[in-house]
Amino acid sequence: MLARAAIWWSILEMCIAERLAYRGDFVLGTTMRFLPIVTQIFLWTAVFASAGSGKMVGFTRNDIVAYYLLTMIARAFTSMPSLAGGVARQIRDGEIKKFFIQPIDLIGFLLIARIGHKLVYYGVAIGPFALVFFLCRGYFPGWPPAEYFAAFLLSLVLGFLLGFFLEASLGLMGFWILEVSSLLFVYMLFNFFFSGHMFPLEVLPDPWRTWVGWLPLKYLAYFPAAVFLEKIPHDQLWRDVLILAAWVVFFMILCRRLMHAGFRRYSGYGG
Amino acid sequence: MRNAEGGMRKEAEPTVAAGDSHSAFSIHPSAFHSPSYFAVFWMFARNSLIRDMTFRANFLIEAVSSATWALMNLGFYTLLYDLMVRDGSGGPAQIAGWGKFQFFVFIATTMLVNSLVQAFFMPNAEELSELTRTGGLDFALLKPIDTQFLVSLQKVSWSSFGNLFLAIGLLAYSLPRIEGLTLSPLQFILYPLYVLLGTLILYSIMISLAATSIWLGRNQSLYDFWFYLTNFSRYPMEIYEGPYGTPLRRLFTFVIPILVVINVPAAILAKPFSANNSYRLYLAVFAIVATFASLAASRWIFQRALLSYRSASS
Repeated sequence: MLARAAIWWSILEMCIAERLAYRGDFVLGTTMRFLPIVTQIFLWTAVFASAGSGKMVGFTRNDIVAYYLLTMIARAFTSMPSLAGGVARQIRDGEIKKFFIQPIDLIGFLLIARIGHKLVYYGVAIGPFALVFFLCRGYFPGWPPAEYFAAFLLSLVLGFLLGFFLEASLGLMGFWILEVSSLLFVYMLFNFFFSGHMFPLEVLPDPWRTWVGWLPLKYLAYFPAAVFLEKIPHDQLWRDVLILAAWVVFFMILCRRLMHAGFRRYSGYGG
Repeated sequence: MRNAEGGMRKEAEPTVAAGDSHSAFSIHPSAFHSPSYFAVFWMFARNSLIRDMTFRANFLIEAVSSATWALMNLGFYTLLYDLMVRDGSGGPAQIAGWGKFQFFVFIATTMLVNSLVQAFFMPNAEELSELTRTGGLDFALLKPIDTQFLVSLQKVSWSSFGNLFLAIGLLAYSLPRIEGLTLSPLQFILYPLYVLLGTLILYSIMISLAATSIWLGRNQSLYDFWFYLTNFSRYPMEIYEGPYGTPLRRLFTFVIPILVVINVPAAILAKPFSANNSYRLYLAVFAIVATFASLAASRWIFQRALLSYRSASS
């Protein structure tokens, strides 16, 4: 047990070191990621200027800006750059074989590696994030009550797990379809539109709104932000957190089953 | 590297001067002087089409995916305008003076300019940093043709033309639906012209950014930076108002002229000139000046960057 923990610890250390090598690029990249917020502020100011009432679908202009900023936090937890693509590439070029030989679990390794990457990311990104949130503090209505804040934090952690297992499952589809990039593209498209990354989901007209509410995608960006802004009614708050947890368990099991089925199917061509 | 080119020329000349014009090794001097740029470009375009047609499924996926992104973006603004009608005070839904179909013309213009940039320049600018890193730029420098021309237009991404048709379709859909708009032939002459000017401005910025990869060795975040910068140009310039907006608008109009790229052609078509908006007329004149200035600046930056190129290969 202790030996196993030591293995996982060294994987984590390795990934952190790997990530720290490019920290300058990192800070720049993170800060630049806030630039689209600037145009969003101006765009929504113009939209609300014509609305007159100052409120649309329950959001004021400030709420919308706060919403976009909060989805950036949510996505810092849930987005998994190059996870699915990386897994699919390893399947395609045969690198995946090492997990047959080494006594390391593929999904466990990926998860630890991802945690390592994320930890470094937060360590570096906290600077730009703190700066931007401090500059934009006027857009926020204030801190939510403790219960909502707890649900917000929990939804971020669960959102990380959901994002990880969902994308890992997509990557493992590479055992069946060698080129997953078009699948990933479709996923990315839906994710962008229906996770709430592009706009608060309330903007969608009604039949769509309900359907999108049933997808797991909304937990990747919309849900944590909406919780922080108290846009989720109190009676639905913990129900939705439970549904999120259920999705995490679902994709966790799916991911593992895909891996085992894929390993059985895999024939390992090439040297 | 220009010396190398000159050196080749000097070596070639004596052969011709010796009158040995029938030798298999003689090269006619005119071969070095002015290559037919159009013929070379035509060859590039042809080869790119052949390459694209070799992987037809990939070509189709690329075309469909960029069309889908464009349609998603259109969907977002449709939702936004519907929302303004649903929630608004009953007045006409508009964003900074752009009604729904006027804004659709704006989006169509964005698609048009972007598809031209993506078709002609994007794959090449991406390639440039790769060429620098691997030392492949040596081969481009050795060729007896303008290096900037060669590295800017070597590849044509034919699949990007898909959005061109989508944009024209969107224009045909939206223009008749703009209330009180009468179109004159002049607008149809000026619009493509300004779309072209906008494309050239974006090209200048792109090649300047790509040239920095020669200095930095590698510029992986080039595409990101390009995206974030041009992101400002995708909105009507009128939204940049107020104590922060106005300086931002001036910066992106007069220093880095990305705001005129889409705004000027879109306004020419969707909001014709009239006596009370002479500012727009000035802006249209300025766009011409800005295009030539950006082209000249990018040429200068590119040449400077080439001077500090150190070959990287073995």
